[in-house]
Amino acid sequence: MTIKDIVYIALFVALTAALGLMPPIAFAGGALPPITAQSLGVMLAGSVLGAKRGGYALLLFVALVAMGFPLLSGGRGGFGVLLGTSGGFILAWPICAAVIGHLVHKNANANIWVTGGMIAFGGILVMYTLGIPWMAVVGKLGLDKSLAIMVAYIPGDLVKVVLATVIARGLRRAYPNI
Amino acid sequence: MLDLYTPGTSMLHRMSPGPKMAALAIAATALFLQESLLVTALAVVAILALYRVANIPMKTALAQIRPLMWIFVIFFAVQWYFSGLTLAAYVVLRLAALILLASLVTLTTRASDMIDSMTRALRLFKPIGVNPDKVSLAISLALRFIPVLGRIATEVREAQKTRGLERSIIAVAMPLAIRAIKMADDVSDAIESRGYRS
Repeated sequence: MTIKDIVYIALFVALTAALGLMPPIAFAGGALPPITAQSLGVMLAGSVLGAKRGGYALLLFVALVAMGFPLLSGGRGGFGVLLGTSGGFILAWPICAAVIGHLVHKNANANIWVTGGMIAFGGILVMYTLGIPWMAVVGKLGLDKSLAIMVAYIPGDLVKVVLATVIARGLRRAYPNI
Repeated sequence: MLDLYTPGTSMLHRMSPGPKMAALAIAATALFLQESLLVTALAVVAILALYRVANIPMKTALAQIRPLMWIFVIFFAVQWYFSGLTLAAYVVLRLAALILLASLVTLTTRASDMIDSMTRALRLFKPIGVNPDKVSLAISLALRFIPVLGRIATEVREAQKTRGLERSIIAVAMPLAIRAIKMADDVSDAIESRGYRS
């Protein structure tokens, strides 16, 4: 791992943290949990840095959260958040970033729709597959109810997929050898 | 400030981070394995007593769970509706206990001490290729980059304002991303030109 790789990893840790500082978007009149920009960092780390560096960036991010840095949106941090209901989603982030990175970099010449599809696969499907059962167990909710709650998040996540796709492709054009 | 640490001289403040993290892990696992509402409620009381021991005001303790209030409300409502009041109270109290306990560790431990402990612990993983110094470098850089990214975002937004584009997400995000990568390139050049070897 070169110095440049380490700096890029640090940059995407910081980016994911900085996205947590953006005000959450409330929708449905505040009846549902607000959507935060933070998983955009996961999608970008994977699609820009690739599987290895993207995965490491999110692994480091989760480690920092576990150590108590308030890097999650709303200034949350600490071990307790990881054990809480949304802990499964956060612990899934390194895996999601690695999956996205692997797919996007293996198919570097894919068109914009395919790239978007691959980011959606890692950033939505993989994340929900790992996060929802966790939420069901920790919250004693049962899979069906957890699933129903998470449906509310899909529109916001799709917006993030579009953004990540456009930004990742733009960056690839500006810096072909990141 | 990026550190939740609240200065103090209590027993909890003086404990070293390693054992504190271990105690937290054991306590959290124990909380998960028991299913009694009474024990959970007693645990919350005991944890709040520990906050007294650490001389941390109740206001700070409450501030730790406030951002999660809506989650508590949703869970309580869903559980009450489907499984009754006892289980609802148990689930929410257990969550509150976990968060309060974990926050207590964070509140009484300096982030820098935590990083030092982690760097020491990472030495155990050296045989499988983990380089503790590189991890420390990445952590320091990441914490430094967060305010820098905020500053770049403000500059880009102001520049796009002159074009009336400050509300367009792509018109702000794209230059921001490119400038961030350029900044990272400059930083890694600077580190290398100063002969950093790890």
